[in-house]
Amino acid sequence: MILEMSNIQKGFDGLEVLKDISFGVDSGEVVSIIGPSGSGKSTLLRCATFLETIDGGEIAYMGDKAAWTDSETSKAVYAGPQEMKKFRGYCGLVFQQFNLFPHYSILQNITDAPIKVQGVSKADAEANARDLLRKMGIEDKADAYPFQLSGGQQQRVAIARALAMKPEILFFDEPTSALDPELTGEVLKVIKQLADEDMTMVIVTHEMPFAKAVSDRVIFMDGGVIVEQGDPKDVLENPTEERTRQFLSVFER
Amino acid sequence: MEFSVMLTTMAGGMLKTGAIFVLTLLGSLPLGMIVALLRKSRFMPVRALISIYISVIRGTPLMLQLLVWYFGPFYLFGFNIGGWRFPAIIVAFVVNYAAYFAEIYRGGIESIPQGQYEAAQVLGYTKTQTFMRIILPQVIKIIMPSVTNEVITLVKDTSMAFTLAYAEVFSLAKQISASQTSFTPFIIAGVFYFVANYVVEIVMTRIEKSMDYYK
Ligand SMILES: Nc1ncnc2c1ncn2[C@@H]1O[C@H](COP(=O)(O)OP(=O)(O)O)[C@@H](O)[C@H]1O
Ligand SMILES: [Mg+2]
Repeated sequence: MILEMSNIQKGFDGLEVLKDISFGVDSGEVVSIIGPSGSGKSTLLRCATFLETIDGGEIAYMGDKAAWTDSETSKAVYAGPQEMKKFRGYCGLVFQQFNLFPHYSILQNITDAPIKVQGVSKADAEANARDLLRKMGIEDKADAYPFQLSGGQQQRVAIARALAMKPEILFFDEPTSALDPELTGEVLKVIKQLADEDMTMVIVTHEMPFAKAVSDRVIFMDGGVIVEQGDPKDVLENPTEERTRQFLSVFER
Repeated sequence: MEFSVMLTTMAGGMLKTGAIFVLTLLGSLPLGMIVALLRKSRFMPVRALISIYISVIRGTPLMLQLLVWYFGPFYLFGFNIGGWRFPAIIVAFVVNYAAYFAEIYRGGIESIPQGQYEAAQVLGYTKTQTFMRIILPQVIKIIMPSVTNEVITLVKDTSMAFTLAYAEVFSLAKQISASQTSFTPFIIAGVFYFVANYVVEIVMTRIEKSMDYYK
């Protein structure tokens, strides 16, 4: 298991958003999460990547506990700063809005964190960044700035930036939702390519055909719980739960 | 008094005006950042104190603040304030301008999207690295036009030092004009301020241009 989240609870001032969610991700597995807006998909990813702190439950990466519930106070506690640095290094996140650094060139966007956070040499970081850009099909953009790129190109840079940290697992939060329809294909293509290379990934998406093609497992979330999960074909074509069926019917129209 | 004599006399004042200007910027640009960061402190008393400081500074005339800084030590503590004139002027200006710069910085910092912090956090940057490498460079670009305005105001505000009879350009112009019954010193002073601000604008435009490479 790369990631194991157990009985995760998370609320925002009284509003319960994640209600006792448990899920794990195996090495090389690609998991897609689908579900209506507001069902807690982003919150789950943000808890997994430590952008939000959980209220209760347990998060473990590579078998080591990063967060757990203290038995006396029944509050969630996190590992110390040094250990958290290690856990953060295990996971990467690609945002819906890319969140590239506008003042850095494309190359700097990809090399800055490896150099400054991981202590990689500039030469190694740049060589790796150029490899990643080639893989993303934008090697000619190394010296451009984010504002000069299309949304699809920016998102591919964001993926390269995340990959440059060599994470064990990469999370995607609706990676194509901010893109014009004609640009989604190029981003989905590189994610598919990563899946073929056995990159461990968790992808929140509304692209059902893509989810079916790329995932080993699909999770349907609604109202802060996992309603059903399983083989992509089963969940997307023959869901057992009525709520899943209702949700999917919207996409068929 | 001959024009050339007038000009040399006033040149001394120009240096003094320049000193107020440079020292004020050197002090208030960084102090303003500290104030802006303290304003977001986790400790309520610190936030409250900073917010009172900014309100008081912005709500009272700089001229009054100069008088308080200069005479305050004497009236409050009975200190001998001989030799305190120039330091008092610099303290008053720095404390005053830091408040204005702090507000400019705050606006700049708040305009950086949350996503920038989150991207940096997920990549493992420390809080300091995030601020210095990701946030601050973008803030500087955003606030440049407001900083330029403030610097131009400062060039003119240096004349307030005449309140404490400090012999900068404006005080000298007034003095010489009165003693010589001549209008010329005011023209010299006017040209000086205008040229100084012209230079400020050229320099600031250059700095702004140097950050034009990204949007
Ligand atoms: N920072 C926050 N503060 C308050 N409420 C939040 C916050 N983030 C998310 N929520 C709420 O949590 C619920 C789930 O949100 P989210 O995880 O973004 O859902 P999804 O990604 O599935 O659309 C929503 O009702 C949302 O309003
Ligand atoms: Mg979301």
